[in-house]
Amino acid sequence: MSEEKEHIVSYKNNFLVLIALLCLTFLTVAITSVELGPWNVSAAMLIASLKVGIVLYYFMHLKFEHVILRIMVIMVVLVFTALIVITFFDYLYR
Amino acid sequence: MEQTATHSLEHRDDTASKLGMWLFIFTEILLFGGLFIVYSVYRYKYPVAFHLANQELDKTIGLINTVILLISSMTVAMSVSAIKEGKKKLTITLLGITLLLALIFLVNKYFEWGAKFHHGLYPGSGILHDLGHGDTLFFGLYFFMTGLHALHIIIGMTLLAVVLLKVKNERINSGDYVLLENGGLYWHLVDLIWIFLFPLFYLIH
Repeated sequence: MSEEKEHIVSYKNNFLVLIALLCLTFLTVAITSVELGPWNVSAAMLIASLKVGIVLYYFMHLKFEHVILRIMVIMVVLVFTALIVITFFDYLYR
Repeated sequence: MEQTATHSLEHRDDTASKLGMWLFIFTEILLFGGLFIVYSVYRYKYPVAFHLANQELDKTIGLINTVILLISSMTVAMSVSAIKEGKKKLTITLLGITLLLALIFLVNKYFEWGAKFHHGLYPGSGILHDLGHGDTLFFGLYFFMTGLHALHIIIGMTLLAVVLLKVKNERINSGDYVLLENGGLYWHLVDLIWIFLFPLFYLIH
């Protein structure tokens, strides 16, 4: 009965996700080897976040899970972001 | 037939198991998240030292390990598809490949750390003491965070090895595979952490 509901991700799609992740990895290496000053950090972190999003959504099956799980993940991301912002308000303006 | 009969009598709640696994993953994310914040703050306070210390790290070995982890994440994701389709042999092969890749990751880490130790770069070393606060903090965080991550790799390998054995004796099968899914989630978490560790320590300068 549960097999009816369960979504099976095809091997091909898993492989395509891997290719996307590898491309983004090599892109990060290429970007950070060029001198972009402070943009280096932003670009690397932006691509890393994108990769994490892809892993969460496809490999960790969030795409096919109940909506409550997705909401929980978003909450954790928001809590963590708030933590970063609060910490840096302290260090940047003390 | 008997198998399915006993299974339906058993109390099982796969959704709750997965929810529990996700809650555990959240605690892990915040554990490493806290460390990332510590790293960012010290990077902000000691930009020059972090910039110079960063160049001591071997980009190539970091990149190889990133590729290894990404591939192993795919093989775990595929093993979940395989068990759902009832392909026992394929599931075992894919989990075996994952374990092998994890082992290669650790061997690389061994050589990487070994080279650092050889150059006198380890927590509490005299050379780091002479280099000053920034370098001490960079390498302290480097060893602690990649070490904690390696510990997670070892835990993940143990978990996946147990899952592999259970698939072998059919305790995990196409009708009951939540343990494989949860083991897979843990393995993806290990991958997620590395996705941030790699640019932060090896690439950004």
